[in-house]
Amino acid sequence: MKALGIILAGGNSNRMQQLTNRRAVSAMPVGGSYRCIDFALSSMSNSRIHTVAVLTQYNARSLNEHLSSSKWWDFGRKQGGLFTFTPTVTTTNNWWYRGTADAMYQNIDFLKRRHEPYVIISSGDCVYKVDFNELLDYHIEKKADITVVCKDMPAETDVSRFGVIRMNEDARIVEFEEKPMMASSNTISAGIYIIRRRQLIEMLERCAEEERYDFVSDILIRYKNLKRIYGYKLKTYWSNIASVDSYYKTNMDFLDPEVRKFFFRDEPKIATKIDDLPPAKYNAGSDVRNSLVASGCIINSKVENSVLFKQAFVGKNCVIKNSIILNDVYIGDNTHIENCIVESHNTLRANTYYCGENSIKVVYEDNARYVM
Amino acid sequence: MIRKEMIAMLLAGGQGSRLGVLTANVAKPAVAFGGKYRIIDFPLSNCINSGIDTVGVLTQYQPLQLNSHIGIGIPWDLDRNHGGVTVLPPYEKNDSSEWYTGTANAIYQNLSYIESYNPEYVLILSGDHIYKMDYEVMLEFHKENHADVTIAAMPVPMEEASRFGIVVTDENRKILEFEEKPEKPSSNLASMGIYIFSWSVLREALITKKDQGNCDFGKHIIPYCHEGGKRLFAYEYNGYWKDVGTLGSYWEANMELVDLIPEFNLYEEYWKIYTKIDNAEPQYVSADSVIEKSIIGDGTEIFGEVYNSVIGAGVTIGKGTVVRDSIIMKDTRIGENCTIQKAIIAENCEIGSGSSLGIGEEAASKLNDQIYAFGLVTIGENSFVPSNVKIGKNTAISGVTAQEDYPDGMLAGGEYIIKAGDDK
Repeated sequence: MKALGIILAGGNSNRMQQLTNRRAVSAMPVGGSYRCIDFALSSMSNSRIHTVAVLTQYNARSLNEHLSSSKWWDFGRKQGGLFTFTPTVTTTNNWWYRGTADAMYQNIDFLKRRHEPYVIISSGDCVYKVDFNELLDYHIEKKADITVVCKDMPAETDVSRFGVIRMNEDARIVEFEEKPMMASSNTISAGIYIIRRRQLIEMLERCAEEERYDFVSDILIRYKNLKRIYGYKLKTYWSNIASVDSYYKTNMDFLDPEVRKFFFRDEPKIATKIDDLPPAKYNAGSDVRNSLVASGCIINSKVENSVLFKQAFVGKNCVIKNSIILNDVYIGDNTHIENCIVESHNTLRANTYYCGENSIKVVYEDNARYVM
Repeated sequence: MIRKEMIAMLLAGGQGSRLGVLTANVAKPAVAFGGKYRIIDFPLSNCINSGIDTVGVLTQYQPLQLNSHIGIGIPWDLDRNHGGVTVLPPYEKNDSSEWYTGTANAIYQNLSYIESYNPEYVLILSGDHIYKMDYEVMLEFHKENHADVTIAAMPVPMEEASRFGIVVTDENRKILEFEEKPEKPSSNLASMGIYIFSWSVLREALITKKDQGNCDFGKHIIPYCHEGGKRLFAYEYNGYWKDVGTLGSYWEANMELVDLIPEFNLYEEYWKIYTKIDNAEPQYVSADSVIEKSIIGDGTEIFGEVYNSVIGAGVTIGKGTVVRDSIIMKDTRIGENCTIQKAIIAENCEIGSGSSLGIGEEAASKLNDQIYAFGLVTIGENSFVPSNVKIGKNTAISGVTAQEDYPDGMLAGGEYIIKAGDDK
């Protein structure tokens, strides 16, 4: 593959409420067994991209822990590898990453030293599976300077938190609005771009000179008429998780047989860090319906339309409905959980009641697991 | 060269013929266990958890599955700059070439492997048992007693003692007598086939006995050391240890895992069991499913009912199908509206819709009534069973079967279908 990968994983999102108090969006657990960044990493690895840089900044501990070994995604080779770049103080710079373009500019030496002719830039907050070889072929065929992967959203979707795109009949982008109040189309940027490496370096240097820091507004939108910027329509599943509602919906999407087949059964598969947990155990009294259950779970009661991440323990006579239980949660007996997202490493006491009435409720209880 | 204090030699070459069609194409240590693991994962995980980072795995019978499972040892952290896991198949020598003819002969043929690490102690293990054991504690015991050989042993019911190698000890656990499968056992302390040897003692014994035919630890090396006046000790072990050598004991050991708090608990935080994981995705349970008292592997999709069973990874169980008291291994697909009762179905099989397994009365197996007993239906890997057939108890199936193999759509109890070739 003639490209290197950059994953922008620095972000927080206030739409995620408490969920991202504890980790970056790209480290959010998704689909029962994965972290959000696995989808970008696996797509790159499966496309034979050998060199990937992950740019992180916000609350990166959980993400760094997940990336502690690159072997899960088959990186860590003599040629290439997985790099994690956090902001560092140098003689010429003591800033945090002030934006996506600045994050890449601060690591421009990495870009300059590589030899791959193209760069694929992806957000770490999205759930998708893309063959980047097809994207590169399209980019070359269109003689584009930048190709933006975009997605047609269903008509009723609120697209005001995305970049909204309009293309001409040749798929060249004629309009690009970031987070518009009134959207002129329902085609949005998927946060995945391909660009020639030298072109990117030149644009980043120019941006830095002009003290501009954002890749979308200061490069894509500003250069829209000057450079050939094309859209590539993604036909397969794509979702951004950076709000509580979309995070909830994305996880629930995995209950759909089509989505499950696409991610779980069709090759190539999504890779993730292996936790060496035993298989899930269903004891007498378990009654699980239309749910995803990850390894290490022990279930003793009713679970319906829910996603149980790794190592959830569900006590006796509980009802868990329409909920997402993140990693390593202990749920005591007789607990009722409905329309909730239960934070990871959580302990819910017996005989408690949690219900999201009009919206999804995020549950975090700082109870001790073992009471002496 | 860094010297290793103790290295392990893991005997994984056995066929395990009493597992019948399950080991037709795989060595016994590579047989799946507990919804996620293979039998060899237990001794390998014990090694790394005990701080042993150098393991030679001796293979001989059908090693492909085993080789690809072990690879370079990544799942057990046994990919090391120095040491790690090494697969040791038999090889041709300058003046001779022979298979491994016995457990001790296999070790003798790999003297140079052991010598390259120049260890003080050598741990001999077999890849046939399900247990968790800290070999480091056993080594402490070996050192404290200034032993030459330490044999791990566990108490067994007196009536079963004649199936095992039996040790008779004094009050300090020094071995006075060693009896291999005695008719009238004088103790119930059975050897578990786990030995720690001081390397110099083992080396001398192996070289002295090198011309012994089928040289075996229990039959030759241990008696030789004993007769030579070496210090032999028995290290008593009282935890869970299960020999899964027969279909019945294999089935039973799997079934014990579904108990509310199983005696052998895979869910303990410490002493993890590691394995190569191919399926990372979660499992899906449909709206019409019922699952009780079962353990289910990753990536499995269940649309039917599962009771009291152990289901591997990547399995599909169709709508309307009822599975009871069964073991279903990795990537097997069960159609709709099947009834599966007390069956062991190996990896990557397909069972057509509407078939019933494990029905009717028990009848003695016509293939081998010693192996196919216990009322089980046993189906070997990569097998195909067509739709709407009935299969009785104590039956065995291996290979791609067709409707015409089942007279009147029925394979009666005790019957078998073994097809050569595994092309589909």
